Amino acid sequence: MEQLLNDFSPGLFIVQTILFLLLIFLMVKFAWKPILNSLNDREEGIKSALDAAENAKKEMENLNADNERLLKEARIEREALLKEAREMKDKIISDATNEAQEKAGKMIEQAQAAIETEKKAAMAELKSHVAGLSIEIAEKVVREELSNKDKQLKLVEDMLGETTLN
Amino acid sequence: MKIANKPIKSYLLIVLALTAFFGYASDPVKSQDGGIVDTEQEVKDYILHHLKDSHDFHLFSYTSDGERKHVGFPLPVIVWGENGLTTFMSSEFHHDDSGHVIVEKNDSRFVKIHSKIYELEEGATTVNFDDHHHPTNAYKVLDFSITKSVFGILIIGLLMLLWFSRLAKQYKNKSIPTGFGRVLEPLVVYVRDEIARPNIGDKHYRRFTGYLLTVFFFIWIMNLVGLMPFGFNVTGQLAVTAALAVLTLIIYTFSAKKDYWQHVLWMPGVPIFVKPVLAVIELAGHFLIKPFSLLVRLFANISAGHIVVMSLIAIMFTLKNELGTVGATGLSLVLSFFITLIEVLVAFLQAYIFTMLSALFIGMAVEEHDHH
Repeated sequence: MEQLLNDFSPGLFIVQTILFLLLIFLMVKFAWKPILNSLNDREEGIKSALDAAENAKKEMENLNADNERLLKEARIEREALLKEAREMKDKIISDATNEAQEKAGKMIEQAQAAIETEKKAAMAELKSHVAGLSIEIAEKVVREELSNKDKQLKLVEDMLGETTLN
Repeated sequence: MKIANKPIKSYLLIVLALTAFFGYASDPVKSQDGGIVDTEQEVKDYILHHLKDSHDFHLFSYTSDGERKHVGFPLPVIVWGENGLTTFMSSEFHHDDSGHVIVEKNDSRFVKIHSKIYELEEGATTVNFDDHHHPTNAYKVLDFSITKSVFGILIIGLLMLLWFSRLAKQYKNKSIPTGFGRVLEPLVVYVRDEIARPNIGDKHYRRFTGYLLTVFFFIWIMNLVGLMPFGFNVTGQLAVTAALAVLTLIIYTFSAKKDYWQHVLWMPGVPIFVKPVLAVIELAGHFLIKPFSLLVRLFANISAGHIVVMSLIAIMFTLKNELGTVGATGLSLVLSFFITLIEVLVAFLQAYIFTMLSALFIGMAVEEHDHH
């Protein structure tokens, strides 16, 4: 212990204290401060870059999800459109068919009606023609018949009977 | 150019590491006779002498014509004595360490005894010693000399400034350093993230990181340099470790929060009659035990390392008679090689522990107890 105390040099203690304080001051000013600041800046830079990358990844994921959703929606819309179109087509076709059928029916009816009237007219004409012919024939016959009085009377009677029957 | 440089640098490092090891060995081996270290007592004295600070930078010694020659360079002596500040070069002592050579400067007479400078009392022309070889008519002066340790502190301080300010400059152009900066950066980050931040806490660590970084690199580099040949035994100087410990003490004393002082002086949550006892213990812990543990741990570890390495090298001649020259040298080489490797680890470990404990003490002082 005495040896240690004897070896202790107060001068060296003072010199070391002064030099070391100076060293601390200079090191802090010229080395540690700039070094630690740059290290901090760099670490912060790395951190923010990582955060940005993470954000970009998240955004990308969102974007992808959006895309997927849009695609899905578009597909659904397309299907709906197609379905609608198909329905419209069917409707148009069926409408057209119905209309055509209706028209055709009407035309047929008209034709039938026309045929009926024509038939009636023809019948009427035929009747009148036949009547005319009959009258002519009857005239001729009557002329012949009426030359005889009895026969005339008989004929009138016959004819009257016939007419009532008709 | 750069590529060619790198292998050369690593070779230099290996050579340096090898000479570090042989450097220790070479000093005592050179002795043959006349002033020479080859007996057990001489080895002991040599080791103790080596652990001390010295006023000149001694590189090596050799003997020619029976005379011991020392090669090195002198360092300036700056002392504050009876007649104020006196400066002269240490070469004026002519390597005398026993008080025989008297330097007369500024009306004062100075002698050097066991690496300490004494000023003779008025009128005295020779130093008188008592039974314990303490001078009776001379007293120690306040010694501000650029001793070997101070020289080392200056060199390492400049080196640190150079390295780290260059690293700092590199960040101005790009965010990733190149070259040697790439080695230093992880160390800085290590001290910040493994020592400062966890012990002091995220809120306050920034303020103390500068001090902790400086202490860590200073101690570590000093410890490593101490292992090299011609190295400085700076961290093995009690005055140096004491100065570092006192700085830590000052920092954690002045940054301590109210909470901390309350815990020291009037511990909450204990019976009232225990409080004064605890206060005494806590105060002793604060002002004595903590700094003392710092300064003694570093000093003792580094000194012990030096003593062990040098003692193992000394096996070369202390066991020469028992094992033969080859056996003693071989044993000494193997043992001191492995101890030197361990010392490299200890160099880092002690720097880490000193910084770690400083951070811990500061952390305790600035901690805020939310739960009370």
